[in-house]
Amino acid sequence: MGAASRLSSHRWLTIPGTIYTTLVRSVPDLVLMLLLYYSVQNWVNLLTDALGQPQIEIDPFLAGVSVLGFIYGAYFTETLRGAVRAVPRGQLEAAAAFGLGPWQIFWRILFPQMMRFALPGISNNWQVILKATALVSIIGLPEVIYAAQAAIKGSNWPGGAHVLFYLSAVALLYLGLTTLSNFLFAYLEKRFAAGFEQLAR
Amino acid sequence: MIDLIKQYWQPFLWGSPNHISGLAMTLWLTVVSCVLGFALSLPLSVARVAGPPLIRWLVRAFTFVFRGTPLYVQLLIIYSGIYRLELVRNTAGINAFFKDALNCTLLAFTINTCAYVTELLAGAIKATPRGELEAARSIGFAGLNLYRRIVLPSALRRALPAYSNEVILTLHATSLASAVTVPDILKVARDADADYYLPFVAFGIAAILYASLTMIFITLFRKAEQKWLQHLPAST
Repeated sequence: MGAASRLSSHRWLTIPGTIYTTLVRSVPDLVLMLLLYYSVQNWVNLLTDALGQPQIEIDPFLAGVSVLGFIYGAYFTETLRGAVRAVPRGQLEAAAAFGLGPWQIFWRILFPQMMRFALPGISNNWQVILKATALVSIIGLPEVIYAAQAAIKGSNWPGGAHVLFYLSAVALLYLGLTTLSNFLFAYLEKRFAAGFEQLAR
Repeated sequence: MIDLIKQYWQPFLWGSPNHISGLAMTLWLTVVSCVLGFALSLPLSVARVAGPPLIRWLVRAFTFVFRGTPLYVQLLIIYSGIYRLELVRNTAGINAFFKDALNCTLLAFTINTCAYVTELLAGAIKATPRGELEAARSIGFAGLNLYRRIVLPSALRRALPAYSNEVILTLHATSLASAVTVPDILKVARDADADYYLPFVAFGIAAILYASLTMIFITLFRKAEQKWLQHLPAST
């Protein structure tokens, strides 16, 4: 999913890009998710009806992933845009002066340097996406909350504590994931900051 | 489409006097949880920075848990997890509180935004220039007075841009309330969609409403920043 959002964040043709990031970021992700999921399904149905074909169900997993990718692509675009602008222009000009091609400049010069500026933002976005995946149970994807709700339906403890128990288990799972990714990003940030002085924390 | 708008424009905006819904409900959720969350986070952030070690650790644990788990899960825990406990059901006062979905969402949103704002303010307090503190101490400020007169006014100003972000995130988070039957903008949109089966129109109206709210909030905060951050060198 990270890859999907990254791919969708790569086209920045200025005006459509600005409209995309501004609109997507000013509307809650849940609203967008429902809007895209239900309207695209609706349009597909209209299309297949018009062509006299049988209806196609959109696979909820594919829908969830692409909708999350579409929404968070906007956030990633903004993060990466800021990071690209933070790399000194002189670096790029020097690279061009040495005769490197555009792809070489991107992979060897721009990318390693911009990642240092982008990582804090990326890690933030990643944490938000991780938590946003909790929402896809609302459009009917069988993720952890969905599983917990199924487990809740299947059991009945005296005192009614089973609901709290299963939901807390879900919360713990997310807590573990966010903590784990925190460590991972701390490591990556250290790697990409190699050669730079560490700021005092 | 015209029928949908005709039938639902009022629920989308404010509902009826004894059953507020839509825009009014979303605003109400946002304002209440932001105000309460901010009021709670102010003492917590000071405790997070300057309290005794045990309290500092407790506040850290609180923000860690509530920032590390999805708000939706927190909402479900409060709305259905706690409410299903017989202990809660058999205690009249608590039962009455948790029975109302609106109370549960307000509680969840307040705690959640409180955790985020606590960390944000703690960061701003820690970033207070040493010189300011030393100057204040040298002319006799100490303890609460130091915080009330020197540290907080300057830290709160510095936290304003990040806080405006948090308020907008809270506004967006209120759309979750629709999942537990609170009639906010998104809930009205879902009802409208269920009635007419026009998802693009129904959710599109909701998206426009949310986007305009966001724009209004951004403008207001920009005004506030211009007013209170005049003394700081322009950044970004």
